[in-house]
Amino acid sequence: MTKPSFVYVTYIATTPEKVWQALVDTDVMRKYWADPTADAPAHENVSDWRPGSQWEHRRLDDARTVDIVGKVVESAPPRRLVFTWARPKDAEDDSKHSRVTFDIEPHGDGLIRLTVTHEDLERDPQMLAGISSGWPKVLSNLKTFLETGRALPRAPSAS
Amino acid sequence: MDIDKVFKALADPNRRRLLDLLHRENGQTLTALCEHMDMTRQGVTQHLQQLEEANLVAIVWQGREKLHYLNPVPLHEIHERWIEKFERNRLGALRNLKNKLEGNDNDKT
Repeated sequence: MTKPSFVYVTYIATTPEKVWQALVDTDVMRKYWADPTADAPAHENVSDWRPGSQWEHRRLDDARTVDIVGKVVESAPPRRLVFTWARPKDAEDDSKHSRVTFDIEPHGDGLIRLTVTHEDLERDPQMLAGISSGWPKVLSNLKTFLETGRALPRAPSAS
Repeated sequence: MDIDKVFKALADPNRRRLLDLLHRENGQTLTALCEHMDMTRQGVTQHLQQLEEANLVAIVWQGREKLHYLNPVPLHEIHERWIEKFERNRLGALRNLKNKLEGNDNDKT
């Protein structure tokens, strides 16, 4: 393993199976996956999540614009999901791909520990800046969604 | 995760300094962090442990090296809970005004 660029950890009161489903099921994902540059959840990740398969990070607009692509490296439900991460124009150039790992571990007391590791982001400084603000939001939304069944409230009046 | 632990961890200037150091360069060893801290290695270890317990620092082992990463997820939760629901634009305008008048940058503790 190369030295990770970022490591994000959150503890969620749920089961590994539910986290896994939230990571691979497009219908579930739409409810919490925020666009790093926008306020509303606006992306879905599409793949069959088998090792070697492609995946796409698509905007939920009419055109379903693809913003990020990559390949599934490892898929071990409900514990570990690894895929590469690149701009669509770099899809065929592995040297431009960074790498995302989701590790899901039971933590006791009905909690799981979800660790997201993003490696090799130094290859794309602009991406690095966008990513560093994006992941905490996605993880925080995911936690709220799994623990309460709803995505984060957007209205200023919500508590 | 206990939010009290997060606030307690943030209540100490040395621990905030450690977070700033990790923000500047993520994934540092204890030895690297000690170079910038005016205290014993043991003191730094204890502060890091408190940050780890508050989930503000995440650990990655690379061989025998223990790397410390800034984990901003609890900070984001505080942000969502205490800041975002208030009037963000006005707070932003106030902060800009304060920075302009005081000539500060945002990274200062």
